[in-house]
Amino acid sequence: MKKENDNGKPRHRYGMVIDLDKCTGCGTCMIACAAENNVSVRPDQSDKERAITWMRLYKITNGKEFPDTEVSYFPRPCMHCDHHPPCVSVCVATATKLDFNTGIVSQIYTRCIGCRYCQAACPYGARYFNWWDAYFPKDKGLDRYLSPEVSPRMRGVVEKCTFCHHRLMRAKEQAYAEGRREIEEHEYQTACTEACPVQAITFGDLNNPDHKVSKLVKHPFTFRLLERLGTEPKVYYYSSRDWVRKLGDNFLPGEYKPVLHKTWMQEEWSTKPGRDTY
Amino acid sequence: MDSALLPHGVKRCSPWAFFFWTLPWLGLLAWGGLSAFLCLWKGLNQTNMSNVFAFALWIVFDLAVIALGAGAFFTGFLTYIINKKELRNIINTAVIIGFICYSGAMAMLGIDIGQPIRGWFIFWHANIHSMLVEVSFCITCYLMVLAIEFLPIILENRKLEEIKELRLFGHNLHEIMAVFAATGTFLSFFHQGSLGGMFGVMYARPFAAREGFYIWPWTFFLFVLSAIACGPLFTILCTKLAELLTRKKLVPDSAIQALAKISAWLLSFYIVLKIFDYLGWIYGVVPRAGLTFESFFREGPYGVWMVVCEIIFCGILPAVILITPQGRKNQGWLILAALLTCIGIVLNRFLFIIVTLAIPVMPFERFWSYLPTWQEWGVGLAVVGYGFLVFSLAYRYLPVFPKEKELNPAPES
Repeated sequence: MKKENDNGKPRHRYGMVIDLDKCTGCGTCMIACAAENNVSVRPDQSDKERAITWMRLYKITNGKEFPDTEVSYFPRPCMHCDHHPPCVSVCVATATKLDFNTGIVSQIYTRCIGCRYCQAACPYGARYFNWWDAYFPKDKGLDRYLSPEVSPRMRGVVEKCTFCHHRLMRAKEQAYAEGRREIEEHEYQTACTEACPVQAITFGDLNNPDHKVSKLVKHPFTFRLLERLGTEPKVYYYSSRDWVRKLGDNFLPGEYKPVLHKTWMQEEWSTKPGRDTY
Repeated sequence: MDSALLPHGVKRCSPWAFFFWTLPWLGLLAWGGLSAFLCLWKGLNQTNMSNVFAFALWIVFDLAVIALGAGAFFTGFLTYIINKKELRNIINTAVIIGFICYSGAMAMLGIDIGQPIRGWFIFWHANIHSMLVEVSFCITCYLMVLAIEFLPIILENRKLEEIKELRLFGHNLHEIMAVFAATGTFLSFFHQGSLGGMFGVMYARPFAAREGFYIWPWTFFLFVLSAIACGPLFTILCTKLAELLTRKKLVPDSAIQALAKISAWLLSFYIVLKIFDYLGWIYGVVPRAGLTFESFFREGPYGVWMVVCEIIFCGILPAVILITPQGRKNQGWLILAALLTCIGIVLNRFLFIIVTLAIPVMPFERFWSYLPTWQEWGVGLAVVGYGFLVFSLAYRYLPVFPKEKELNPAPES
């Protein structure tokens, strides 16, 4: 993909790095995401096959017996694939699109016909279909928390994480009002990034060398989910633990090469403060 | 009661017997109607489809009936373009079955999409890169072609034929049928292929993903080939079922044998290519994704046995039976081989739809299972009921089988 847009300006490529060593699996990112984006709920949210969770938390273990058991959590938003997103080319009604200037994979709810081909094509399970009418129980006061910036979705359409696109719009409007053409890193942050109590999520422009994410993605401990399929996700994960990194993709026996770097191992990069400055 | 409507010189059961025969099929239609109403009114939560099984029973039915209905375009191509005259005795059957399959599939798709009222967005906001767009365009156009091909058969009804204008219109349509046969062949070739392409292009789903030629994954060509191999065999099966139920010979053996022979060669060619496709996939696409063939079948009810059944019992075996003259001339073997081929094609579509979605791609994702609800069965089986009903009505009131009278001379009184 071209690095510049038609005006010769560098295009933005928003992405995030999720530090799995920091993530405690508290689920705040899921809640913040749902509240921010008017995600409809069900009376029974335990129906995981049909509940809508733009940001979904997976629990993984190293598969070893006690006392060697280790647990990690995988927060999984939409990966906003950068190369030929599997969902975009298959959509019949052009209801989903990879925005060239932001790298965000958008979803036009009012154009989606609900054929669900995009869901079938997405290997991350990041797309959700509205099996029911939108439901925000009044007796729980949920209707009063609805955000006016995000349209609730109707029954029969597919929805997904948008990297809180409305926040980008808000930041751009603010910048425009102040006579600026570009927005600062802190002006556009997703709801999950802001809500994470341990700051495990870092969000920003991968094309901007001044943004923290663009530095973090170069760390040898960062990896992407199902990278070898060639979808080029813009969501990166960070873990100092080999077994976690290994679970990020499928490997044939003997294929996985552990990240061994003496300096980092000796200096215990995974626990030392300041490691993010790599 | 309805004797004035029956074709000349053929025997049909009494109207009451016919009425009772249609009851089970009307029952299936009523079940399907109720299910469809519930799905449209309350939404697709009436099904057991989920975010994992975004495609389910209906899509399997759709792809299966579209493959089985391919007899219409391919027999039309052989009859009108290649000019195989003996097939004129079976072309009507093929067209009616094709019409039933395609119209049934279209109706089912209308319920399957979450926003049926927005169905026209496929044409208005078409994404030309999507295989499903090509499928939708071609199926819609081809259904119109099938309706045009069906029309002259309807106009041959005894009462309708008495109206001069309709008779002339029907006759003229017959004259230009080659044009529609050619159009139908073109449209069908592409949508059968695109149905396969739909799955082959899902490059992030290693179970379905395939390499290919230019923009077309190998599944594109394999779906075309499998459809033209099994479509005529399904036409033969339906003819044999009609012969069994009516206790009459309806189609001369020459037509059946000609069709079976062509299908046999196509099926053999398909199976050879399909084996190469499997090998290329097992040693190419799958290891590149970090997986092995066995890793797909570690969980759940789907096993390697499905692939074995598809290739050996429902592929090589019927191909061997049909390719040998003794095999296809024997009534029992012919029916068995046709049945196995049709099962094999349905199994192939099932693998591409259900098994693809059931197998998790992320290493830490779990395996989910799926069983259809009665509403899903209702809509699916309604197509079967609709098929029986339309075919029965066509057989009763239209001269579907041109040689019926000749093959079943009235007993001298």
